[in-house]
Amino acid sequence: MVNPQMVMYEEEFNQIQSVVDRLVKDANAKVVFIVDKNGQLIAASGDVDNLDTTSLASLTAGNIAATGGMAKLLKENEFATQFHEGEKANIHIQLVGNRVILVVIFDSKSSLGLVRLRVRKASEELNHIFEALLKKVQEPGADSPFAEITDEDIDNLFND
Amino acid sequence: MSFINYMAREINCKIVYYGPGLCGKTTNLQYIYERTNPDAKGKMISLATETDRTLFFDFLPLALGEIRGFKTRFHLYTVPGQVFYDASRKLILKGVDGVVFVADSQVGRIEANQESVENLRTNLAEQGYSLDKIPYVIQYNKRDLPEIATVEELREMLNPTTVPDFEGVARTGVGVFDTLKAVAKLVLTELRKGGP
Repeated sequence: MVNPQMVMYEEEFNQIQSVVDRLVKDANAKVVFIVDKNGQLIAASGDVDNLDTTSLASLTAGNIAATGGMAKLLKENEFATQFHEGEKANIHIQLVGNRVILVVIFDSKSSLGLVRLRVRKASEELNHIFEALLKKVQEPGADSPFAEITDEDIDNLFND
Repeated sequence: MSFINYMAREINCKIVYYGPGLCGKTTNLQYIYERTNPDAKGKMISLATETDRTLFFDFLPLALGEIRGFKTRFHLYTVPGQVFYDASRKLILKGVDGVVFVADSQVGRIEANQESVENLRTNLAEQGYSLDKIPYVIQYNKRDLPEIATVEELREMLNPTTVPDFEGVARTGVGVFDTLKAVAKLVLTELRKGGP
């Protein structure tokens, strides 16, 4: 197995969600979300109803992947932070533990300095949670719920 | 690398469409996008040049339905086919669960197909995957054009391990969903084994 499978359990999800919820408030952000490096959305908070988070997640991961590729060419390990400044909205992107990506979208109600400060603290917390999660996933006995699926289950998906 | 979310009760898998430039990877995704129920799809994103050549990737999220109470979501990506975008292709293969190779059936593109399959094998190996082990299907596209190689010839050149293969005309949709279903089935079957 190349990468351990990414698995999210209720306990860790709740921990992550509370970090993300708090970050929205502490950083005066509009939206905060967490994506894994392959572009899968893990958690989101804030004004997400009018936002295409799935697309944003995949583009963020693509962005981090491209930046990581540039870093490699410059013999850097990673560029862990990115900031994009727009007329109204700004995006702060932070790589956490080289594993997941923390994205903060904010407007003029906040500032880059505040976002940076709060992101730093949240990153540390998230790093601990994801480290624990990874250990849990690697423990024996953590079977996939898909171990028992049948050919029929799979075929039924396509009977429309 | 699939992502199982017990909280949201969903499983996410990544499928990458690979192949030489202009073989029809983006056209496959466009057809899937057009023919899928709005509830089951997200927005299709294309990072393309001004002349509509794929620059980085196309992305289409699809929901296929539930298995054992888990929603199955597939994220479809294409790579840029043009030879000089190799660095981008490598990035898109990260975390892949299944690959579709779209071959251009035209006689003039035989070498381009072979180079692209070799490139796929090399780039997968760099990520620690083997083309012989990963869920993998092939589509022989553009079967409606003149001067195309026979399926037997293409099979001999591109499919030595006899993975599932399909004839396609992506522009009109022939073979598009058969290809997608085949790779999705292989990916889900692989999940049963606890891979990839």
